[in-house]
Amino acid sequence: MSTQVQVVPASTAGAMIWSLMKRGLNEVLRVPGAAVPGMLAPTIFLLGLTAVFGNIKELPGYPTDSFISFMVPVSYLQAAGFSGAATGVNLARDIELGWFDRLMVLPVPRWALLAGTILSASLRVLLPFSLLTIVALIFGAQWPGVGGIVVAFTIGMIFAAIMACWTVSLALIFKTQSAAPLMQAGTFILVLFTAAYAPLELLAGWLHDVAVINPVNHVLTAVRQGFIGGITWGDTWPGLVVLLGMLVGFAAIAVNQLLKFGK
Amino acid sequence: MTTAALATNGRATVSLAKRGLRQALRRPQFLAPLVIFPSLMLAANTGGAGRATELPGFPEVHGFLDFELAGAMMQSTMLAGVSGGIALALDFEIGFIDRLFAAPVSRYSIIAGRVGATSVLGVMTGIWFLAGGLVFGAQIQAGVPGAMVILALVWLAAAAFALLASALAIAASKASVVQGIFPIVFVIMFLSTAFFPLNLLLEPAKTVANVNPLSWIADGMRGPIIGELELGTVAKAVAGIAIVAAIGFALTGLTLRRRMRTG
Repeated sequence: MSTQVQVVPASTAGAMIWSLMKRGLNEVLRVPGAAVPGMLAPTIFLLGLTAVFGNIKELPGYPTDSFISFMVPVSYLQAAGFSGAATGVNLARDIELGWFDRLMVLPVPRWALLAGTILSASLRVLLPFSLLTIVALIFGAQWPGVGGIVVAFTIGMIFAAIMACWTVSLALIFKTQSAAPLMQAGTFILVLFTAAYAPLELLAGWLHDVAVINPVNHVLTAVRQGFIGGITWGDTWPGLVVLLGMLVGFAAIAVNQLLKFGK
Repeated sequence: MTTAALATNGRATVSLAKRGLRQALRRPQFLAPLVIFPSLMLAANTGGAGRATELPGFPEVHGFLDFELAGAMMQSTMLAGVSGGIALALDFEIGFIDRLFAAPVSRYSIIAGRVGATSVLGVMTGIWFLAGGLVFGAQIQAGVPGAMVILALVWLAAAAFALLASALAIAASKASVVQGIFPIVFVIMFLSTAFFPLNLLLEPAKTVANVNPLSWIADGMRGPIIGELELGTVAKAVAGIAIVAAIGFALTGLTLRRRMRTG
């Protein structure tokens, strides 16, 4: 007896990715209550941290006289993290409700089941990015130029996809929305344990050491460059290399978890 | 109320408090926001903005961690209140509280059970932050009596915040609505002296923080850590807690009566 392997046409996988991506985006309109915190939280953090720590820009060696300009990129990455966490929580809910089990019996490659969901995180993050940019500019942030915005948004979107891969992996491991704090904590550590509040040389010893080895620090530098100076290839390429590495690594983990799912 | 009735209500309150405590300790999604996020934020703030102590006008402190401990405890206490509200709303959603309302005990004792559990959780997080602070090099200038005063303030503050969140839980009876106030917690925190001294906050946060009762509570918790035990500072903190508790009590009474009327 021979086993017949059914080859799924690429168009079917593409249609699945498209459908799941649209479903992910639809949630913004259908469940606005779930989308609003993801938009508001980074904005509140941006304004709150600026109001509280704004005066540390007076420290010698601070690279800009606008603390809010220094913090906007941190908020972009936080927003990307929130968007990724929402993706993981939504998948965990689908698993709890049994909806994901039905997807698993479809004749499409398993990676396609994740790709649409993860892509929706990348697109959904444009909403908080836009709100953050408007609010930051109103409160005096430096306009980074069209190039700066394009670089920041593009890198932020890729980072949202990476964070979505991370949270989706956790959703597949724990299969419950109760894992939400773990999803958010991972993002929190990756983003805030960098030169988030101050340049590396002004950080406390232990955080300086952590930030130096934290790859997301390169991503933050790449997003930040337009807000505190000009765009340079030297500040951009390390961020892109890190993003590529993280994307491949976290996507592999997510697909691996999906392959183990239900076994 | 007779002595027997008081004893019955007391037993109901203690039983419900024990239940609430067990519930919180069993479910990571309730406990994580109280411990993990304030701890991570404490680490990020301390490491990232630690050099703020060199700013002109910053009070004399042993270290920035000492200054930030009160902020972390305040944050944790407020989040404990919100978590208590969410748990109460969940009890409404599953019909548990409505069944309790049919029992021959005071309705206030039912709410008091949840408030009691939250206040105990508050003390536990207070111990966590004080112990963690000491491990990482902070000093409590007022010694053991100072630490006891801080824990007492944390206990009272957690109960006051739980009362406020209970009012919202009774009015909405939906966990998602209570969960929606998480961002507001951060807004209120950023508009107080929880994280930074009043004279170094930026406007308009400085003006709001000056009249925000949470600033009094935060200063009261911070006082024994960075200096001697001062009656005036502690009294102001107690007054701040009393304001929050009075509002919470009034709103809880109002929403309870409305719920009894409308069902």
